[in-house]
Amino acid sequence: MNADPKLTPAYDVAALRRDFPILSREVHGRPLVYLDNAASAQKPIQVLDAMARFTTSEYANVHRGVHYLSGAATERYEEARRRVQRFLNAEHEEEIIYTKGCTEAINLVAQSYLAPLIQPGDEIVLSVMEHHSNIVPWHFLRERQGAVLKWVDVSDLGELDPADVARSITPKTKLVAITHMSNVLGTKTALKEIVRIAHEKGVPVLADGCQGAVHGTVDVRALDVDFYALTGHKLYGPTGIGILYAKRAHLKTMRPYQGGGEMIREVTRANVTYADAPMRFEAGTPPIVQTVGLAAALDYLDFVGRDAATAHEDALAKLATQRLKELNGVRIIGEAKGKGPLISFEAIGIHAHDLATILDREGVAVRGGHHCAQVLMERFNVPGTARASFALYNTVAEVDALVSAVQVARKVFG
Amino acid sequence: MDSSLRDLYQEIILDHSRHPRHFGPLATANHMAEGHNPLCGDRVKVYLKVDAKDRIEDVSFEGRGCAISVASASLMTDMLKGRSVAEAERLMGGFLNLVKGEDAAELESDDRETLEVMAGVSAFPMRVKCATLAWHAMKAALDDEGAARTE
Ligand SMILES: Cc1ncc(COP(=O)(O)O)c(C=O)c1O
Repeated sequence: MNADPKLTPAYDVAALRRDFPILSREVHGRPLVYLDNAASAQKPIQVLDAMARFTTSEYANVHRGVHYLSGAATERYEEARRRVQRFLNAEHEEEIIYTKGCTEAINLVAQSYLAPLIQPGDEIVLSVMEHHSNIVPWHFLRERQGAVLKWVDVSDLGELDPADVARSITPKTKLVAITHMSNVLGTKTALKEIVRIAHEKGVPVLADGCQGAVHGTVDVRALDVDFYALTGHKLYGPTGIGILYAKRAHLKTMRPYQGGGEMIREVTRANVTYADAPMRFEAGTPPIVQTVGLAAALDYLDFVGRDAATAHEDALAKLATQRLKELNGVRIIGEAKGKGPLISFEAIGIHAHDLATILDREGVAVRGGHHCAQVLMERFNVPGTARASFALYNTVAEVDALVSAVQVARKVFG
Repeated sequence: MDSSLRDLYQEIILDHSRHPRHFGPLATANHMAEGHNPLCGDRVKVYLKVDAKDRIEDVSFEGRGCAISVASASLMTDMLKGRSVAEAERLMGGFLNLVKGEDAAELESDDRETLEVMAGVSAFPMRVKCATLAWHAMKAALDDEGAARTE
């Protein structure tokens, strides 16, 4: 491991940056320093080209026509599914379900898998650091069916103790829904251990892999996780595409999600029968071009090297953490051991929005606010934080820009 | 440093945000409303005591938010005391124009001068909502609507 990315000659970040046209633009007359990658990552030209090439030469609707292009498009669409299968090391192709994003993937599990199982008083275990998209679908089941949400706390450093998950599970627990990596604290959870604990008690586990899938390799078979949700746009892919991995054992009992074309076997006036997974869960014309873009993004990640990218990002985050801590009056929120490359911080006496505004004028894009994690904001008793999140294309110079922009903010607020 | 930042975070704004005037609940209030910006979590409650002749006898606010929203609320309470309800509404109209970078012809020149310190917000479209939150809450209080929201 390299402590300083400048010491990583093999990792040619300058060359990689040339793959991302947007990184060379300016904002407010300054070079863009894009550190809002946890909200959405920028797209390499390889992804944009793959989508353009597909659209200009092979595009048609999928699973519908007998004509040449329909067949070609369907082949690319299914090839992308196998690409995702490899990315997650899923055992079966049909375990990969296309959705429009991580949010829809989790809603799908809530509605298709869990809703039919919930009796009043049944429990869902989740952590206080979940994103709203891994909270609100369970609130629906609370409101509509009387489910009870059981919250697992984190430590002041942001660490989640698997033993606390174990303690929260009762005979009434129907699901553990937990993040793989927090989008606010950066905490990576001990997912494999949590799954082992939950399975011992016969409880399935859904992991929100939105951030986790970006910063490290994911092996759903090794994790033995039941459901794994992720989103394409944080993985350098396009918007409008997400993935639900669902273990084959659950696919048979999951009821259809939305009704429409593609998801049926036969429709008559009196009756309807449904297609098998994954199409059972993919009603209507899917985001076809985006699946091709996502596959290209995963190829790009492999081309960069997932371990190399992660090591680079971690080194940048470590450096930035150290530099921010050297400033007076900066408090970092989330210091779990082995955390991923994002930093939530507060400059004492400066509201997150004022901080984000000042940083923006210095060319530095960070997110300021509650990060769709209001339960966590309440837990740490902050109205919001600023968050700098690192991607494979960020540089040491950008860490410098972040730190000096925070210094400007301190000067403004005296 | 960017000069629009200096305009936005003028000393007087920072002073209002650090030492907000008329801060805290008002026991004698007969109108109250809460303003909430769900996007950034800013919250401000505005209390008004309006007398029989539609005059704002007293006013206060409480809440938490960014420097812009707190300063704007503080400045507003400073200006409203002793005004008629009609004047308060005219001030609000002028203020909304000012922070959007539009002409605020309805303002008397001394009011305009006072509010001018917030005009720097017009260069920050994403922050206009912060500046207007307290004013919307004030209006909701006068109209007895209970709550206002800016998104
Ligand atoms: C941890 C986490 N979960 C879920 C989501 C939701 O992803 P999407 O909005 O792409 O559905 C996000 C992204 O905002 C996230 O960071």
